[in-house]
Amino acid sequence: MYRIALTAHDDFDGWRGAARRLAMAGVDPADILWQVGEAPGDLFGGDPLPPDRADAGFSVSRAFIDLAQKASLHRDPERFALLYALLCRLRGRPGLMEDKADPLLRRIDILAKAVRRDIHKMRAFVRFREMADEGGERFVAWFEPEHHIVRANAGFFLRRFAAMRWSILTPDVSIHWDGETLIEGLGAQRNDAPDGDPVEALWTGYYAAIFNPARLKTGAMLSEMPKKYWRNLPEAALIPDLIAGAQAREAAMIATAPLPEKAPRRQGDIATVWATIRQEAMGCTRCALHRDATQTVFGEGPLDAPLLFIGEQPGDQEDLAGRPFVGPAGQLFDRALAQAGVDRSRAYVTNAVKHFKFERQGKRRLHQSPDAGEIEACRWWLGQEIELIRPRIIVALGASAARAMLGKAVTISRTRGSAIALKDGAEGWVTVHPSYLLRLPDAERQAAEQARFVDDLRVVAERVKRG
Amino acid sequence: MAQLSTRQKLEILADAAKYDASCASSGTTKRDSRDGKGIGSTEGMGICHAYAPDGRCISLLKILLTNSCIFDCHYCINRRSSDVRRARFTAQEVVELTLNFYRRNYIEGLFLSSGIIASSDYTMEQMVEVARSLREDHDFRGYIHLKTIPDADPALLQQAGLYADRLSINVELPTDAGLQRLAPEKDGKRIEGAMRHLRNGIEDGHDARRKYKSAPRFAPAGQSTQMIVGADVADDRAIIARASSLYDRHKLRRVYYSAFSPIPSPSAVLPLKRPPLMREHRLYQSDWMIRFYGYDAREIAAATDAATGCLPLDIDPKLAWALNHRAAFPVDVNRAPREALLRVPGLGVKAVNRILMSRRHRRLRLDDVARLTTSIKKLRPFLIAADWRPLTLTDRADLRAHIAPPAQQLDLFA
Repeated sequence: MYRIALTAHDDFDGWRGAARRLAMAGVDPADILWQVGEAPGDLFGGDPLPPDRADAGFSVSRAFIDLAQKASLHRDPERFALLYALLCRLRGRPGLMEDKADPLLRRIDILAKAVRRDIHKMRAFVRFREMADEGGERFVAWFEPEHHIVRANAGFFLRRFAAMRWSILTPDVSIHWDGETLIEGLGAQRNDAPDGDPVEALWTGYYAAIFNPARLKTGAMLSEMPKKYWRNLPEAALIPDLIAGAQAREAAMIATAPLPEKAPRRQGDIATVWATIRQEAMGCTRCALHRDATQTVFGEGPLDAPLLFIGEQPGDQEDLAGRPFVGPAGQLFDRALAQAGVDRSRAYVTNAVKHFKFERQGKRRLHQSPDAGEIEACRWWLGQEIELIRPRIIVALGASAARAMLGKAVTISRTRGSAIALKDGAEGWVTVHPSYLLRLPDAERQAAEQARFVDDLRVVAERVKRG
Repeated sequence: MAQLSTRQKLEILADAAKYDASCASSGTTKRDSRDGKGIGSTEGMGICHAYAPDGRCISLLKILLTNSCIFDCHYCINRRSSDVRRARFTAQEVVELTLNFYRRNYIEGLFLSSGIIASSDYTMEQMVEVARSLREDHDFRGYIHLKTIPDADPALLQQAGLYADRLSINVELPTDAGLQRLAPEKDGKRIEGAMRHLRNGIEDGHDARRKYKSAPRFAPAGQSTQMIVGADVADDRAIIARASSLYDRHKLRRVYYSAFSPIPSPSAVLPLKRPPLMREHRLYQSDWMIRFYGYDAREIAAATDAATGCLPLDIDPKLAWALNHRAAFPVDVNRAPREALLRVPGLGVKAVNRILMSRRHRRLRLDDVARLTTSIKKLRPFLIAADWRPLTLTDRADLRAHIAPPAQQLDLFA
């Protein structure tokens, strides 16, 4: 049994010297215990190292040395044993370094990859703070690497900051540069480093300002800047607030968008024109629905309304009363409008289809959704109402209304919640029909959906007020 | 108006710069300051010093010299008619800020852009002055990226190239029609003219270096550009075709895509919705396919949806291409040439290199391939290995459902 005591965690040269002698003597990997420093196990001693035969050296490829140098810095305690095992196999099979599918080589490759990443992240995430000591200004950083990379990484900071005096403190080792020589010191603690720097406020301010709240992608951030690094990055303290504020800021931006400009009103006596159109609609036979329905239910409301609601079609009670939105769904609609703060008396309400479509079942008349042809036929009337009133905002309640407003079928879930620019310069919004809320069987879901509906109306109310 | 503090100005001018996607600091010459003079180094590979919650890397101090602008481009937060707060840095302030950040290892260097004030030449002069002062007064050896102004005097562009590592000019929109509608004061021809000028400068620089080692370097990290995605009607096919022609014609290093995001106080002609981030991601993937995987733009177009002209959002474009070209599969990992392996969905350039190396030493079995790649599940239907035949998998009509990620319910608030 051989016990090899290396002088430090990153003592690659020590490993290399011992490994060469052991490999030349043909020592089996299982007979070697690699350790760093003098461990208590030394009480039992071990065999002396085989003699160094400088005359009978052997060579290994550059690729192996590069790989071993990197992998030897890994925190994995088995790394030296793994490297020795690979070295022994390499002597019999020089091509082994190319066989990337070999399980041992692959494992060491992965160790080396982790080390390379840690080296790169140290270059990225070391944050210097300026302080003054006897020699003048000094830049000091506290950093916690994952692997034993600090000494191996000193060169980078030298190449970049040779004219500065700097120190990098880590738990295992510290490195100091005074402008001429690099000095190694013992491990340090976080509070050995300065606890602030006046420029840091500028940096964190920059970090917050360069972040675009409209495109939140925290997964991408976390994969490149994992949380384990956050505690030593001054800017990372802002992240939770930035994420929380992002959705709110985006919503605010969309809500404060300018309203389309008010189109000029058409000249003439609007009330007379409206009454004429309504009279014509009373005798409408543009589709078959007029045969079974009691009467045409035309829209109503102030003719200078800034806001126009489109429902689906009159229901049983509307059909009899001849007025829109008076049945159960209409009552629910009125309550929701009040909750959302919409002035009902300033809104014009109408339907996509102006005749009641139903199926008779015993004494009851059961509502049936209008088809695309019926909606299209009735757009003739809706179009005239819109053109006459020229509302700034049109709200479509339900899929049929959205179809009538846009002239094509859309999904409510996709169009809901954002403004749609309509051809005549008005702004369109889509939400659910109140009768949908009445049909939901589950009381809890009904309450939630109703609250969403009120929220939609509230957004619209805000838009109207801003106009 | 009260005097703004440096921090206030920095926040305004960084906020105004964040719609530029590029933050690369790689691909320039190797430099260091081991001689004890000056400050800074560049080592080929750039370093991202932080990541913002938008997933973008922060490598450079990316700011505008001023966000005042005489132009009125609809998509731009800094347009003349926007009511954002305006601020302006002096060249000296930018130089100091860059050095202060650099010394603390916050950044790799500076990415300076600017709104256009007074005239194009005046603005460009100010930007060149920042780069000059950094290089000459402070011997700064870090990275400098200057966004150049297409209408500026060619002599100024020439100077900019001597100080900067990279120069860029944004084409802004993928089509000329879009540019005319959304950026009426910009001119596609002038933009491309300036790119051509930069390309010539870069190539002349290379030639001169070949003859005289001491010849000055001109923009050693080349030129790049940016296109806004989702602000106009251009489909993915049009965008990819445009990008590919820019790569060919002007030898660009990179074309960046920026999903249009709703900006504060936006213009009424723009869509008000969440930026199409997945679309942007798919375009970048297609960009990678052209640059590293040997596809050409026409082949990418074959992966787009025939009706919409856009790449599918639920699967990546390489998989989409493979599903449309089943005859090219399965590919034998032990025999197929490099080009064929690169087309296997799920095999990246590094994995292909590892396969090519190790198959000289063993016949690869499925287990071996699994060790060399990240996900064998996606690969299996497209591969033949020593102990694996996908049989009729590639003939299955439901192959897409087999490997595409499971559908997710749409976000109601999206």
